Amino acid sequence: MALFISAFWTLDPFTGKIVHSWTFDNFTQIFESSTYRAIAFRTVAIAAAVTLTCAVVALPFAYFMARLASPRLRTLLFVAVLVPLWVSYLARVYSWKLILAQDGVLNWTLGKLALPDVGVAYSTWAMWIVFSYVWLPFMILPVYAAMERIPDSYLEASGDLGARGFRTMRSVVLPLVLPGLVAGSIFTFSLTLGDFITPQLVGGGKQFIGNVVYGNVGVAGNVPFAAAYATIPLVVMAIYLTIARRLGAFEAL
Amino acid sequence: MTRTRVALGIWVALVIAFLLFPIVLIIVYAFNEATVQSWPISGFSTKWFSRAWDNQEIRDALGLSLKAALLSTGVASLLGAAAAFAVHRFRFFGREVISFIVILPIALPGIITGMALNSFFTAGGIDLSLWTIVIGHATFCIVIVYNNAIARLRRTQTSLLEASMDLGADGWQSFRYVTLPVVSTAVVAGGLLAFALSFDEVIVTYFTAGAQNTLPLWILGAIRHGGETLPQVNVAVLVVVLLTLIPVAISVRLARDTGVLRRS
Repeated sequence: MALFISAFWTLDPFTGKIVHSWTFDNFTQIFESSTYRAIAFRTVAIAAAVTLTCAVVALPFAYFMARLASPRLRTLLFVAVLVPLWVSYLARVYSWKLILAQDGVLNWTLGKLALPDVGVAYSTWAMWIVFSYVWLPFMILPVYAAMERIPDSYLEASGDLGARGFRTMRSVVLPLVLPGLVAGSIFTFSLTLGDFITPQLVGGGKQFIGNVVYGNVGVAGNVPFAAAYATIPLVVMAIYLTIARRLGAFEAL
Repeated sequence: MTRTRVALGIWVALVIAFLLFPIVLIIVYAFNEATVQSWPISGFSTKWFSRAWDNQEIRDALGLSLKAALLSTGVASLLGAAAAFAVHRFRFFGREVISFIVILPIALPGIITGMALNSFFTAGGIDLSLWTIVIGHATFCIVIVYNNAIARLRRTQTSLLEASMDLGADGWQSFRYVTLPVVSTAVVAGGLLAFALSFDEVIVTYFTAGAQNTLPLWILGAIRHGGETLPQVNVAVLVVVLLTLIPVAISVRLARDTGVLRRS
């Protein structure tokens, strides 16, 4: 337990130490280098895109699961969501690498449909698809939980008041599942932000913050710089969590 | 309304296909006869299973993965269950802090945990070994066991303990004959999940393993290098998938069964 706690405490004094003895050198280097800025921007932008995609995919799915599916179908859907969650992350990314490859399933299918090939392997697109895939269950589950908690009477009341389906969705369902959405987005956002495996395998040389950190710890041995760069996702997450707390996401976790 | 219903149904079917297809594909590719990874596969073959088994690197990596997963599961089960008992049973100074700290590694990206541990070991002059992997994995394994155990403890009515005390059992006996049987399946279920998590972990492992290879690290390296080991990678990936899914499936069964208690 002591080790476990101290392992976490070491980070703060550690980065603190860098700031003192290295006098912001690492940070100025990050802010002045356009490459590092671009990498940080790319990471945050893809994390946001992935979060949005997961939300859009998960909302109708969770609605169906919580409101329309029979208990038996619901159990099946649960299994279908949970299985990918527990299948090794590496395996799922690898599978997408095979799917998106030049001679993979995707292009084969497109060929059968007489559509032109797409070269999405090793690109930002590939990262977007793979991230959306691997973190989707993390979005579905909290949204489903929030959806399930909406009393039927609310929807009936909305209908009685003359609201059509879409209006009920927007004015009743969406505000009520918002905490669930935000809770899910914490996972999708933070997990994408800290990842370096997917960019390494399908990103085609387009780096993430994680890759720079990884490279600096492993190959270059520049741990202070890695720590400085790693504070970016930490700060972004801190801001994100503060906003999430305001929106009541912690009760929905 | 029926139109929306049908549209939603189609959407759900598509999402399910999207979720499950890549997993099916992994299984198919493991039986791919060809050396080249292209679709459609040229034929079925199990030859890569024996090739992978004969590969000493894969065997070593599998051995290390199993050792690390078993040890960290053991450590996590003991510590996680102990922490859950303590937090549930007693009110003490720093109680809230413990329940927060135990949750922290889940919210933190693995790369942060990994780096924190790495710098901790480096600063402390500790060589990276099996034990550093175990410590790294234990950080997130503890959470799983703790969560499972505390959830079970919270569901257990205190009247059970009171009844035991009324019947003259001392604190230890009540713990041994009432609390422990109630919680044991939850701890085992948590332990199995922890095993699965530990077995396929890459990020924290990378920072705590040094030059050693666990099976996922070997896979990662082999994928990046590409070439002729790729068919064996397919097999190794399937092994990892099975070794994580099976414990999880057992765990789900155990968690559903509430031990000696039936929820009314």
